[in-house]
Order: sequence, then C-alpha cells, then structure tokens
Amino acid sequence: MCSDIYKVQLENIFEGPMDLLVYLIRKNEVNIYDIPISMITDRYLDYIEWMKSMNVDIAGDFLVMAATLIQIKSRMLLPVHDDSDEEDPRQEITRPLLEYLQMKAAALQLNERDMLGEHTFIRSPSKISDPGTLPDHEIRVDIFDLIKAFQRIIENLSSDISLDVVADKLSIKDRMIELSHLLKEKGFLIFQELIGNAAGKADIIVTFLAILEMVKRNAAHVIQRDDTDTITLYLNEITHA
Amino acid sequence: MPELKFILESFLFVSEEPLTLEKMRAALPFTDTKGIKEALQSLKNEYDQRQGSICLIEVAGGYQLRTRSEYADWIKKIIQTSAQRLSPAALETLAIIAYKQPIMRSDIEHIRGVDTGGIIRMLLDRKLIKILGRKEIPGRPLIYATTRYFLEIFGLRDIKDLPAPKDISDLGKPVVDAPE
Repeated sequence: MCSDIYKVQLENIFEGPMDLLVYLIRKNEVNIYDIPISMITDRYLDYIEWMKSMNVDIAGDFLVMAATLIQIKSRMLLPVHDDSDEEDPRQEITRPLLEYLQMKAAALQLNERDMLGEHTFIRSPSKISDPGTLPDHEIRVDIFDLIKAFQRIIENLSSDISLDVVADKLSIKDRMIELSHLLKEKGFLIFQELIGNAAGKADIIVTFLAILEMVKRNAAHVIQRDDTDTITLYLNEITHA
Repeated sequence: MPELKFILESFLFVSEEPLTLEKMRAALPFTDTKGIKEALQSLKNEYDQRQGSICLIEVAGGYQLRTRSEYADWIKKIIQTSAQRLSPAALETLAIIAYKQPIMRSDIEHIRGVDTGGIIRMLLDRKLIKILGRKEIPGRPLIYATTRYFLEIFGLRDIKDLPAPKDISDLGKPVVDAPE
C-alpha cells in the first residue's frame, strides 16, 4: 500500500481535501452515489499519514475532512431502523462532492471557450490587456442614491477590517547572487528591464541597492549610453582569484 | 443612402466595445430594432459565407467583430498579448462565481474546500469578477459576481449564455440564497 501512496504524490499535488477525495474516488473507480466509506476513509488517512511522514504541513482543511469521513464511517456502523427517515450519512460527503465535480466540469467548459486575447481578437487589442478602462454596466443614479451610498460607506468605514499584507522580504545579498547568476548567463543586463520586472517598490529598491553594492565591490560595472539612456550592467572579469 | 447593413458594419468597425442594439437604434432613427437585427443577421451571414478571418458575434449584450480562432497564432506574430491564461484553481473559482453568483467567499471555499482569498484577489485585479455588495447577515461578508469584461473575455452573450454544467446532475441544493 505504501508504494501506492508514493505514486499518488508524485503525479499529483492536491490543492485541498476535495481534490484528494475526488482523486481517491476516481483512482479506485468508486461509484460516487455509493461510496465505500470505510475504504475511502482508510486511503484518505493513509495519505494524511504519508504527508506527515514527509514533514508536509498538513492544512487544517485536510484534518477537518478526515474527521468528517471518520464520523460518517462510525455513523454507518450504527444499526439502521427501516422505519427511520434518516438520510444516508454519506450524503454529507456525496452532495458536496457532486457539486465540486460539477464546478470542475464547468471550469473545463469555460477553458474550452475561445478566449479574447488568446484565441480571438478584436480590432483594438490594446484594450484586452487593459480592462481598467472598461466601465461595467452603465448605471443610472440620482443624487439621493449617491448620498445613501456615501452614508453606507461612512457607516461601514469603522467596521471594515483592514488587511495587512506582509511583503516577501528579499535581501540585498540574495538579489546580488541572483543578479550575478543572470549576468553569467546573459553577459549583461539592462537596468530598465530589471526594474520593469520588479514586483513592487521594495523590490525595485533592493535591486537598485544590490547593483550599487556589486559596483562598489568591483563585481560589476555600469555603463550608460548617451544616445538611448540605457543603463547596462556588465559582469567584471574576476582578476583576483 | 448606403445599405443599412454596411452602415452597421462601419459602426462595428469603429466600436471599441460590443455595440448594443440600443446604441445602433439611437443612431438610426429611420429604422427599428427588428430592421437592425435583420441587417446584422445578413451581415453575419456574409462574414460566414466569406470564410475569412473575421466574424460577427454577439457578446456581452452587444455585437462585435472578432477574428476567428484559426488566426490566433498568426496574430500573435505581430502583436504582443498579455498572458490571459488562468490556473485550474482560478478557473474553478471563476466557474463557481459565474454559476452561483452572487456568492460569498465562504460559499466558494465551502465548495472548493480550500482557502480562496488569493485567487479572488487576482480575479478582482483582472476585472473578471467584482464586489457586488455585502450580504446582510452577521459579519456583512462581501458578495462577488462576474463582470461584463468576463463575458467579453469568454465570448458570452450574457450570464445565461453559460452552458449548463454537464455530466453530473445537481443533487445538492443551491449554496447561496437568491439576492433580495
């Protein structure tokens, strides 16, 4: 069984418990309307165990699903009275599974459509990459609607939770290593392109400081051409071993 | 006076967005919606018969001239397209929002079984979905819906134009309540 699980992981990375469950059901060719809950639960737990042994951080979602499966399994063991109108405990998992599969199928259907900017084009293709200029439906409002809307915003202002996104911290040292790799590969780098590809303000600053540091340490030099204003970064030949 | 269908063709050629029937009718007081629709149909037939690179489609509540997909690879030789591809996870999320809208994030996550915050933000950034408002339940969670841009990108006339999800019949009940 162990080798079985290994195969699972090598071909698939499961985004969540539903993904894993769908995989187990398809792989074991199980009828979704009559899931052998005991077998699926065992396979599921095997997988969780395996993730643990690989030191993969198991997301809480996976554990919640494991608990649900075990609960269904134990409810299945209880004697069923014929006259009771209790539904099959497996419905708790069948229903969301069906819905999930349906949405997966819908996503595939979406993916099969001719996408604007990929398969089909309009006369002004610049628009495709700039949805920002596209107004959504035109709406008609009067001054009172605006006042009401404004009041709502004011009311909600205090209750709104602000989200702090922590930026990935990239050190100057890391960026220097990255740059020298790139330089070795290409021979030169255009400053403007480096900045253009940067992810954010912090990224730009780190890149800039890394370049300055490299120049200071004589690891690289920078040339700016008069005619194009292009700043080019070259790797210095290492003369001292 | 030139033929109606050719006037319409000139409108379509210069329009940056799908051209609505209302807009066409407002510009052509001598005819009615029926006349315009007929002219558009005959124009569409002409494009279809010609079997050229351009076709006339109905999209996002209007009409638009577009290139046929067979010419995509050629077109990409002369223009740069920004990457439009969506990951399977993003497509799944988008499909859920498209079919179940208006929908709260928690309902999307209930279906997918995983955190979807990052994907939703990306879809918002790409203007494929929008925040429709808040649901009047405790916590006042945001509710999401697809945009007109979504219809344009996927070549859909309107949201009802989405194909019914196939294969699996829907045994579950709908996840979200209908909007008030």
